[in-house]
Parts: sequence; structure tokens; C-alpha cells
Amino acid sequence: MYGKGLKPLSIATVVALAAGLSLVFFYAPNDADQGFIQKIFYLHVPLAMVSLVGFIVGGIFAILHLRSEDSRWDAYSYVSIHISVIFGVAVLITGSIWAKASWGHWWVWDEPTLVSYLIVFLLYATYYPFRYAIEDRQRQARYASVFAITAGAFVPLNFLAVRLAESLVHPRVFATTGGGLPGSMMLTFLVSLTAMALLWVTLVKLELTAKSASGQVKRLRRALDAPPAGPRSRVAPEVS
Amino acid sequence: MTPTSIAFRAILEKDLRTELRTLQSLPAMALFAVTTFVIFRFGLDRTQLSGSLASGVLWATLLFAALLGVNRLFVAERQEGGFDAIRLAPIDRTALFAAKAAALIVYLAILEAIVVPVFAIFFLDSAAAIPPLAAVLLLTDVGLAATGTLIASMAVHSRARDLLGPLVLLPLVVPLMIAATGASRHLLEAGGPAYERFGTWLAVLGLYDLIFLLVGYAVFDFLLED
Repeated sequence: MYGKGLKPLSIATVVALAAGLSLVFFYAPNDADQGFIQKIFYLHVPLAMVSLVGFIVGGIFAILHLRSEDSRWDAYSYVSIHISVIFGVAVLITGSIWAKASWGHWWVWDEPTLVSYLIVFLLYATYYPFRYAIEDRQRQARYASVFAITAGAFVPLNFLAVRLAESLVHPRVFATTGGGLPGSMMLTFLVSLTAMALLWVTLVKLELTAKSASGQVKRLRRALDAPPAGPRSRVAPEVS
Repeated sequence: MTPTSIAFRAILEKDLRTELRTLQSLPAMALFAVTTFVIFRFGLDRTQLSGSLASGVLWATLLFAALLGVNRLFVAERQEGGFDAIRLAPIDRTALFAAKAAALIVYLAILEAIVVPVFAIFFLDSAAAIPPLAAVLLLTDVGLAATGTLIASMAVHSRARDLLGPLVLLPLVVPLMIAATGASRHLLEAGGPAYERFGTWLAVLGLYDLIFLLVGYAVFDFLLED
């Protein structure tokens, strides 16, 4: 039932990604200051924004899980955070490449957004060992939801604290409504952002479909008295 | 007196009395902190500290000493059936959260009352920074207690209790430490305390405390269900 609509969604994602990348390479102008390397912006920033929203969405699913005690929401929350953590690895790698190319170092501490992102990533990276350490399935789901809610509240607070800690204030790309990005760059950025958001939704849906399918296989094997296929994950929730 | 506030007082009194009789946590925390100062003296090769170096040493030490207390916070409840007793009693479960957080604040305040003067004797020129520092210490203690109690109550039910608590808690208190070190840095300057952005940092500390006390209050019920 999770697989429904997966095919059109995948096609839309591929089209959007292709359109986004074409715009990045053939339409958007080279940055006057940074040149070609600035184009990584169209990959790095949408990835970061989508993954941060994904973390918050994971927290909202966690609230729904605690309120309804429906284990389906725990699976949604887990998969949202899981895909966002994977996006997070990509954010840190692309950010690092951008920093090396434009500032000459693989890591810079005076870019508050990147530092905040690292701290958020470090917190969500502990989500897996946290789940793994709790054996009872129901307790694991409940505690994971509490973790997701706490971490969701942590995200904006952390950005505030790191921003305040900066003595140097960097120019923000979107700081002013009028004088930020020129139109062609803004269009490319918005298409890239849409493509990344679609990619996130598709991956979440795909993961849920896969979990649901393996859950069904497991139940069928049990019904047939067959031995379970392969080891069972102690971290990921089961989807019925 | 409502039943919840009676339960709150009873649990808090029980915790403080147990600590007074067994001395399980506090002496270990204080010893740990003082020894860490000695290690910093040689690691940094400094006999005097000021400014950001002083606040960094102080807060890193206090944070890791606090983790020792956080780890032990719910061990007795888990081992002696305290959680079951709370579930059986006709009281609001958040009384347990509030009482444990309050106990942790008391532990941290006592720890700081011992350790901060030692820090001043070891590394500082004058004790002029101590009175304003007390406000920073108190607000940070509240934040540490809110997140620490929440995480410890979950970690105690896991297979890797001693590992899991610090693992999750450390990234969670990074904003708290940013604000605490930011506020203390100028207080500990060599020429006497300065109050640059002091109010801003206190506001961030207060906001952190408020948010995580509310989160703890909202979710703690779900941690005791079984």
C-alpha cells in the first residue's frame, strides 16, 4: 500500500532533478566573485534545507506517534530522520568542497550555518545507537519519538546560539528581499530546491515500501512455518 | 498542597537524603573536577587562566563532572523498583521529572560551590568574577538538569546506560555550552569582569531552560508507560 503512486513520483523526481541540473549548468550565470564553483550552492543549500525540514517533519511524526500510539507513525518518523541523515552526509561533504574551493580550507569555523548544521548532524547521528540500545520494541518506538521531539526543538535553538556566537557577521545570500539573488539564479535555486524536496519524498516512500514488503514477507514465512529470511534489524521499526 | 507537590517533595527529600547517607555521586563529581583542573594545568602548560581559556576549562570540566551525576540519577529507581512504585501511585508522573531535575540542580549547585572556588584559587587572579558567574552557573544548571533528567530516564532502560547518556546528551547541550562560555568569557578577563553581551547570553540560557523544561514536561508521561 506504500508503493501506490511511487512510479509517477519517481518520474517527477527524475524530471525535476534533470531540469534543475540543466538549469545549473546551462542557464544560471557564473558567479562574478566565485566563478564556476559557486554552482555547488544549488546542490548544497537545497540539500541542507530539505534535510532540516525532514528532521522537523520527523519530530512532527513523532508527536503523532505518541498521541495515537500507532506504530506506523514511528516508522514514518524513523524513515524521515534516516533519509535526512543521509542527506546530511551529502550536505557536509558538499559544504566542505565549497569551503575548500572558495576559502582554501576543508573546514571553516566562522561560517555559522555550516557549524550549526554539523552540531545538528552530530545529534541526529546518535539516533541510531540510541534506538539500538533499547531492546523492547514498544519502548524503543516511544523513546525514539521522545528523542525526535527533543531534537526537533533543539534545531532552531542551536542555530540561534551558533549565530550569536559569531563575532563576524557574514553576508546572507537571502538577507535582503530585493538585493539577494538575481532572477536567473533564484529560478535555478527554486527548481533545485523542488527537485531535492521531491527526491526526499520519493526516498522516504521507497524506504517505507521496502520495509512494508519485507514485513509482509516475514509474516507470510511465519504463516508457512518457514525460517525467517536474513537477520532482523534491531534499529529500524517494522512496518505492517 | 496538591498530591503532585507532596509527591515532588517526597521524592526530592528521598533523593537528597539517600545522597547524604551514601555519598555516591557528589564526592566523585568534585574529585573528578579537581583532578581535571590539574590535568588542564599541565595539558595547557599554564598556571594562570583568563578570558575564553578560563571559561573553556571551567565549563568543559563542569560539564563532564555533571555527566557523572546524570548517569547515576535513575539507577536506584531502576534497580530498586522505584519506577514501578511511581506508576502504581495515584500521582502525576511529571512529579518524578520535576523532583529528579530539582535534585540534579541541587547536586550541581553543591558541586559548583566546591569546585568554582578551587578553580579561582588554582587559576584566577581575583575572585571578582564569582558573584556574576553565579547567575550563569544557576541558569546553566537548570538547562543541564532539564535535558539530563530527560535523557537519563531513557538511557537507564537501555543496554548501554553509561554510554548512551553522555552520547546523546553532549550534542544536545552544545547550545547551552555556547551560551555559558559566551557569558563567562568576559567575566573571567584578566582585568576584572566585563559585561559584553552578558544579557544576550543570559537570555539564550533562559530560553534553552524554558524550552527543554517544557519538552520534558510534555513528554515525560510517555517515558513511564509500560
